Amino acid sequence: MSTTASARTAADLRAADAKGRTGSESKAGAAGVWVDERTGLAKGAAYMMKKVFPDHWSFMLGEVAMYSMIICLLTGVFLSFWFVPSAGQIPYNGSYLPLQGVIMSEAYNSTLAISFDIRGGLLIRQIHHWAALMFCVAITVHMLRVFLTGAFRKPRELNWVIGSILSMLAIVEGFAGYSLPDDLLSGTGIRAAEGFIRSIPLVGSYISYLLFGGTFPGEAIIPRLYSVHVLLLPAVLIGLFTAHIVLVMVHKHTQFPGPGRTNENVVGFPLMPVYTAKAGGFFFMVFGVLAIISALVTINPIWAYGPYDPSPVTAGSQPDWYMGFADGALRLLPGFLEFELFGFTWSMNVFLGAVALIPLMYTAAGVYPWIEAWVTGDKREHHLLDRPRNAPTRTAIGMAAFSFYVVLMFAAGNDIMAIRLQLSINDVTILFRMLVFVVPVIVFWVTRRICWSLQRHDREKVLHGRETGTIIRTAEGKFFERHEDIDAFERWPLVAFESPAPLALTDGADANGVSAKDAKKARRRVAWSNFYFKTRVEPVTPTELAAAHHHGEHEAISGGSAPAAIKHDKHPH
Amino acid sequence: MSDQVTPTSGSASGAGTVSLDEGHHVGTGGLPATFENPGLPPHVHRAADDDPKAAKRAERQVAVLFTLSILGTLGFIVSYFAIDRMTSVFLPFIGLTNLLNVMLGVCLGIALLGIGFGAVHWAKTLMSDEEVVEERHAIASSDAARADFVGALAAGAESAQLARRPLIKATAGAALGLFALPLGVQLAGSMGNPTKALEELKQTIWDVPKDGKPIRLVRDPELTPIKASDVTIGSVFHVMPETLKELREHNVKEGHSEWHGVLEAKAKAAVLLMRLNPSEFKDDVLGRKARDWGFQGIVAYSKICTHVGCPVGLYEQQTHHLLCPCHQSTFDVTRDCEVIFGPAKRPLPQLKITVDDEGYLVAPQGFAEPVGPSYWERLK
Repeated sequence: MSTTASARTAADLRAADAKGRTGSESKAGAAGVWVDERTGLAKGAAYMMKKVFPDHWSFMLGEVAMYSMIICLLTGVFLSFWFVPSAGQIPYNGSYLPLQGVIMSEAYNSTLAISFDIRGGLLIRQIHHWAALMFCVAITVHMLRVFLTGAFRKPRELNWVIGSILSMLAIVEGFAGYSLPDDLLSGTGIRAAEGFIRSIPLVGSYISYLLFGGTFPGEAIIPRLYSVHVLLLPAVLIGLFTAHIVLVMVHKHTQFPGPGRTNENVVGFPLMPVYTAKAGGFFFMVFGVLAIISALVTINPIWAYGPYDPSPVTAGSQPDWYMGFADGALRLLPGFLEFELFGFTWSMNVFLGAVALIPLMYTAAGVYPWIEAWVTGDKREHHLLDRPRNAPTRTAIGMAAFSFYVVLMFAAGNDIMAIRLQLSINDVTILFRMLVFVVPVIVFWVTRRICWSLQRHDREKVLHGRETGTIIRTAEGKFFERHEDIDAFERWPLVAFESPAPLALTDGADANGVSAKDAKKARRRVAWSNFYFKTRVEPVTPTELAAAHHHGEHEAISGGSAPAAIKHDKHPH
Repeated sequence: MSDQVTPTSGSASGAGTVSLDEGHHVGTGGLPATFENPGLPPHVHRAADDDPKAAKRAERQVAVLFTLSILGTLGFIVSYFAIDRMTSVFLPFIGLTNLLNVMLGVCLGIALLGIGFGAVHWAKTLMSDEEVVEERHAIASSDAARADFVGALAAGAESAQLARRPLIKATAGAALGLFALPLGVQLAGSMGNPTKALEELKQTIWDVPKDGKPIRLVRDPELTPIKASDVTIGSVFHVMPETLKELREHNVKEGHSEWHGVLEAKAKAAVLLMRLNPSEFKDDVLGRKARDWGFQGIVAYSKICTHVGCPVGLYEQQTHHLLCPCHQSTFDVTRDCEVIFGPAKRPLPQLKITVDDEGYLVAPQGFAEPVGPSYWERLK
């Protein structure tokens, strides 16, 4: 063009290029420069690589969920190449002899082909199923960890909600997936699901007809579930999961209290190289373990069940474990909950357990952060986790809710228990009907007490030191165990917590112009605050520690739950 | 402080000292109110940090793990081509299982675990284990940034003249609110035809048209008719209507798939046939009705559970109870299949039966009520 510069040799140009940039010494550096010049990613990438993640075994649970999901996506793509989502009926003529000539849907036929005629197909199918089960286990335990450590508090409430939705969608996704092979067991599952939908007041019959494209089973539900399973829900899951992870990055990971760890920092290892190796390696570990389980333990042997037919059924029909709690609820809800009113049928015996329970449970979980924040009035950001014992009421609520879930889950095995234990199915069911109310109350009470005991134990350890196991005999023939003081690093996690006092009503609130409504609200809040914090254990203060040391010189020391029993007399009188 | 449960005790203490039985003590005697964070503990070196030999050993261990992974991958490939896909193998604790699946899975597992353990071992032994501190910053934007955002929003609204053009505001709102409607209508409108829902929920292929012949009961799945004399006391038959056979023949004649509509018909028509000693029926309204709708103690009931629709497949001969294997609803055949336990509310609908001239069991009419799970308009 018109601005022709003075001629330069190619070597000159390269040298000039090289001068203008850094990091191009190595080949990798050069590639980095190439990418950065086109995307400007270097700054962000450098920041990410230096990003610090704290270490704790329980932070691994979310990782297991994430990796299981990725493994499901990967193996799911494989399966989609062979699976035929069609309810069209054809005779079987594959390799599995017992089913030769049997009329079955193309979905079941292609699942048999994946299991018998496609090399390694069975392995992929089994990994897919095991990974899905693992996904749901990991999500549940991860959720429990987040709850019990208070990681849902500000600023992470939104991420808790996203996680709760993910958890709920995961079980729906799982149900859609295991319904696809159209074997006798999963077909019976869809049969029941149609019954669930019918129980919805007002619109149930119509919704069922829309979803199934007419009378059950129809030929529409398999391809529709397939779309939901491979397209709609994965898209939503990946979208929410991405938001979940991005928010973890934005908030920076929480950490347990420990020496050097504060609410204003993150102490751990950088993404590059330590966490890349550890977390990346862990992906392979999860995948490897799933591969070996899939090699050795058969899951969902659909060939043994036969194709779906509305007439036969197998005894001991049960869904995958993550649907167990809803199935258990269905088994426990008594028939009298169905009634007729205004000429319509209200199937609350089905609706409550099969349709309402899941959204209700997850809504209760989702709103909990706001409930607790309202009770505590705490508007600060929390980046340090609570050790579960240091929030006894929350821990007790979490465990009670979880025990409710577990009782329902075991209730889905009432028939198996009755057979194995030679009990009456009626007795087992009635027992579970009681347990579902009693167990959460007991668990709440026991958990809170265990928390208080553990807190007192922590106090004792701080005040009196560690038991050494060394027994000393004094000149007078007295025996005592020598205790060793713990150092500041060991002490810190035991004393670094808050034990808020319950709110108290200020006198004369009404005189100060507070409306009766507000006063009522305040009283309610005080009542809740007392429920949470009335009984509590305080962290040891330096004054108390000093006093304990001083006392130790003289006589029995008080400070734990059983003060008289604890002797610390190094120099008895 | 009276509501604090710790640390109190009844033990007396020497005068003049700070006593623990007086409640929680905070910051007296020149001591701070709470403990101070002692900061990061001193870093302890690992063997491989100081000893080149240990580092070399760690390096070799990592290399061995990665090599194991390579072997696993090779094993997978060899197994894939070498092993017959239908060969079974007996494994202790596991039983008879498919050899190809076991070899592929175990080799893949080794390939993956080799990488996983190798990488983690590498990170734990050789990569720096010195903890790094990163500062946190407040999540919220600065006040200036937030004001900037609010300003931009207000300026945008101002520039769009949102406040001054109510007509645009109203119509834009309505248009945006309504635009999903076509998509929703298309989806819901084309999923299925719900206008027939209520009608079809009541129908089964047991329904006998006016002036129609009674329908024979046939065995499922053989579809052979059943003589009353074939049904001995204590026996159970899984039954379908003969019209099912006609449906399949009709399909073939019309050029449809033989199986068109068959599962849908079966899902509502499945029936369980039992013979009791007529004296075993309870002598009450329900028991007598059950006996009267049967034939010499032979009774037929819908097999579709009134709870959520599973086939009620388990019959206890001794007690004449029917048990649903899905949620354990229990029905008493001697009392017209009333629910005696479990989550179902309604009895299984009975199919009235008799015999034809040739002695075969027939149903002169369909079910008197909708079969299967309850639904809102069931009484309509």
